[in-house]
Amino acid sequence: MSNDGVNHGRRRFLIATTSVGGGVGAVGVAVPFVKSWNPSERAKAAGAPAKADISKVAPGEMIVVEWRGKPVYIVRRTDEAVAMLESLADDLKDPSNVDEGQQPAYAKNTNRSRKPEIAVIEGVCTHLGCAPKFFPEVKPQPFEENWRGGFFCPCHGSKFDLAGRVFNGSPAAKNLAVPPHSYLDENTLIIGVDEENS
Amino acid sequence: MSKFQAFMGWVDHRLPVTTTFEKHMSKYYAPKNFNFWYFFGVFSMLMLANQILTGVWLTMSYNPSEEGAFASVEYIMRDVELGWLIRYMHSTGASFFFLVVYMHMFRGLMYGSYQKPRELIWIFGMLIYLMLMAEAFMGYVLPWGQMSYWGAQVIISLFGAIPVIGPDLVEWVRGDFLISGITLNRFFALHVIALPLVIVALVVLHILALHEVGSNNPDGIDIKKHKDEQGRPLDGVPFHPYYTVHDLVGIVVFLFVFCFVLFFMPEGGGYFLEKPNFEEANRLKTPEHIVPVWYFGAFYTILRAITFDIGPINSQLGGVIAMGAAIAILFVLPWLDRSPVRSWRYKGWISRINLVVFALFFALLTWLGTKPASGLYQILGQIGTLVYFAWFITLPFISAKEKTKPVPERV
Repeated sequence: MSNDGVNHGRRRFLIATTSVGGGVGAVGVAVPFVKSWNPSERAKAAGAPAKADISKVAPGEMIVVEWRGKPVYIVRRTDEAVAMLESLADDLKDPSNVDEGQQPAYAKNTNRSRKPEIAVIEGVCTHLGCAPKFFPEVKPQPFEENWRGGFFCPCHGSKFDLAGRVFNGSPAAKNLAVPPHSYLDENTLIIGVDEENS
Repeated sequence: MSKFQAFMGWVDHRLPVTTTFEKHMSKYYAPKNFNFWYFFGVFSMLMLANQILTGVWLTMSYNPSEEGAFASVEYIMRDVELGWLIRYMHSTGASFFFLVVYMHMFRGLMYGSYQKPRELIWIFGMLIYLMLMAEAFMGYVLPWGQMSYWGAQVIISLFGAIPVIGPDLVEWVRGDFLISGITLNRFFALHVIALPLVIVALVVLHILALHEVGSNNPDGIDIKKHKDEQGRPLDGVPFHPYYTVHDLVGIVVFLFVFCFVLFFMPEGGGYFLEKPNFEEANRLKTPEHIVPVWYFGAFYTILRAITFDIGPINSQLGGVIAMGAAIAILFVLPWLDRSPVRSWRYKGWISRINLVVFALFFALLTWLGTKPASGLYQILGQIGTLVYFAWFITLPFISAKEKTKPVPERV
């Protein structure tokens, strides 16, 4: 206690505890404001499975369906293209699907699909989210002389093979994602559902 | 005493109107040697007022939803009476705002207006610039065209490169798993309410800090050193009426230029409003080249210049770090320049040449940002990035070492 009649120790203690209490309160108040920015329940729920009829997709062709707001590419690969996939391993960053997050377990194979000829791939570049373009033909392209078929992202030049595996030298680091998918029957694909006949 | 004086006396007893007006206008002494470059501060204020006024009017007809946004902009352009004019005043105004802000910043660089004791003015100015970039980025998403959508997709995805928190942060900012109507709606809220409030507050602080220490001038002379017997700087003139009237003339000329662009080339040849943005956002189709609006060009080029991995830092994260550093380094400029003189008029020739080279390379980087990053453009972008950072890094050494000319006592 100092001689001016003011208890400085007590005053400092009260200022400090009041400030800390107020600070904790402010952080608490911030919680709803921060949390409200998370994806809402509706955004999480909006992801109803998408159905696709693949009977009219000829070999070498692609159709695009929308699932959870993302483009999903469905390609019927030619036999030559399927054979080609085996030979590309040396030029790929992750040929054997080491990154578990990029495909369901049943697509953890060279073709990255349930059926060897049907590729189901999310058309969202793993670099910065653009939609890669489909260049199925094995022929020289403006962006690569020795092009062996696949996807090319126009934004920043990432290259992927016809199984969505990323080529070396691309800005993207990961393979294109394979969404959960299954077959309702021979020609009906359902995207967003893992189990057959569920 | 006239009725008016009596009324002002009544008010002044309750609110310091007269003293505030005197402090900031009629008794604020500004150096008498302001030149052309000193117009850009007031032009910036004019553009801010233009953006707020036209922006408020645009919100009256705009619909911030995924389904309605694009159509409501078309509605403003076609059906709202003179809506096209208000929309173009806003969109062309954004580009002019950045143009005058860049000139204003260059003025600061030339005349050392960031040097002691004006460091805080510079920092508030940089904060305004940073907030303006956020404001402009979010505003560009609102028309929900192809470039709005994919530009936002690319720029927000960038933050996914930040280790550990990146992917969650991106989801948190978007509020969805991709850019969607949810993102659009929150960007609208930030663009029309939150950020404008912050920007206006920062402008007030910028000017309060300026009026505390006084304006710099093209010679970098401290006019407060020589005052008359009433304490008024001998080389200063009252801001009002001298500079208010002077600035009005500048504003008239500026508005001629602004109106010419506004009426004859409102899209700025695809630089102010990019062509893909006249097509509605399509989640399944990416435009050929995703390029930002011109005023982000320099930083976008720096972002893309890092095409190689640096140790554990991959190229994507490296680009984000480089872009962040390019903006952050501007904040510390007052402490990098160690020259004893402010204005480049009295600095050595190396400083002068360096500043011109720096400005030219900034312009080059800006232009490259609107081009695809390949071949020669890519290499030029990398050289430009190097020059950009080299200017800041060499500044402390050059400014401390070089021989300067003596600064005159009086203007």
